[in-house]
Amino acid sequence: MNKKIICIECPQGCDLMLDIQDGKLVSVIGNKCAKGEAYAAAEIQNPMRILTSTVLAENMSFKMVPVKTSKPIPKAKIKEAMKAIKKIRLNRIVLIGDVIAENLLGLEVNLIATRDC
Amino acid sequence: MVERELVIVGGGPAGMAAAITADENGVKDILLLERDQYLGGILNQCIHPGFGLDYFNEVLTGPEYADRFIKKIKNIPEIEISLKTFAVKLTQDKIITYIKPGTMESIKAKAVIMATGCRERTREMVHVAGTRPSGVYSAGLAQKLINIEGLLPGKKIVIVGSGDIGLIMARRFVLEGAKVEAVIEVEKQPSGLVRNVVQCLEDFDIPLFCGHRVSGIFGQDRVEKVCVVQVDDMLNDLPETCFEINCDTVLFSVGLIQENELIEMAGVKINKKTNTTDVPGMFVCGNAFKIYDLADTVTEDSSIAGIQAAEYLERLI
Repeated sequence: MNKKIICIECPQGCDLMLDIQDGKLVSVIGNKCAKGEAYAAAEIQNPMRILTSTVLAENMSFKMVPVKTSKPIPKAKIKEAMKAIKKIRLNRIVLIGDVIAENLLGLEVNLIATRDC
Repeated sequence: MVERELVIVGGGPAGMAAAITADENGVKDILLLERDQYLGGILNQCIHPGFGLDYFNEVLTGPEYADRFIKKIKNIPEIEISLKTFAVKLTQDKIITYIKPGTMESIKAKAVIMATGCRERTREMVHVAGTRPSGVYSAGLAQKLINIEGLLPGKKIVIVGSGDIGLIMARRFVLEGAKVEAVIEVEKQPSGLVRNVVQCLEDFDIPLFCGHRVSGIFGQDRVEKVCVVQVDDMLNDLPETCFEINCDTVLFSVGLIQENELIEMAGVKINKKTNTTDVPGMFVCGNAFKIYDLADTVTEDSSIAGIQAAEYLERLI
């Protein structure tokens, strides 16, 4: 089976043509770099995305602290991850890269601050 | 009047890159004016990833990308940063007048770099008929409300235009629990980057109507609905295709315009090819020079403006 997808690893957005046999990726054409192959494989097996959002701060100079997952998480887990992120309240000064929540949803991914706040 | 070597107006990615490279190229007296209370400009509200791939060869969010330059600038003693400082006038003699809390001052610069960025086009600029209810926002304003102020502007959203900010906000609204009913693009193709169409719309099953336009916004106090109509190749409405979408909020993501009022008021002309102007020693960079897709390119091009200013100042001696 052939499937056409667009690589989102960088702003170039290569058009990838995937050859899929029995749910497995056999070959990719159209990618301009190695990232395209890895992206295509993940899209077939388990699409992954970095999730970014904000966490509510209490009694700090910033009201919202921007955060991201330290690594991509499964696309299917994004909604659940957002629920967990919305429950967090911060009442301490954070620096860029600080861990805000460890092992988010048991995905072995940390939630980290993306700004000094 | 106080005289400075180089004054840079704007502390976003363009102004910061220009300041750093000017310093690296020998300018030892730099004043950087920023109207907000922190450096970084629009990057601070762009909390999504996708920055830095070209320049740092890694994926960063907007605040992280800004932080690299903010930390660098703060370690350069030759660069004086003046926050909450709003430039209100520029003359061809390179006199800059600015207000900051409690005072208005004028200084004379030997060289000036204008890095004042851009702003969003509005509903009025794309002529959408209907009433004037509350609930109509530019995409970037909604971005600031959610990401900086922690306020959700609405729950049922229609987005007019498929610029990158609009696409990114479509995803952001969904993540925050709102429903994005549709993105409406008058052209045949979305105007934002394909990666944003994929990861912001397709990932969340948000309908994209290309070749359509919002012909009216209606509501008494608050937005209640929009009318959408298909357009032909000449962008004329096909009235029989008209349909309605109920919503409480409309975002406009219909392009950006350079914020060059100070330069225009001074009667200065920008040289569209080189970051220079018809006034020797006055330069323009970043989105004030031209509208960019990527912050990385802004950094690279604005670095050239920093070098040009340094070379100009060297020739003066």
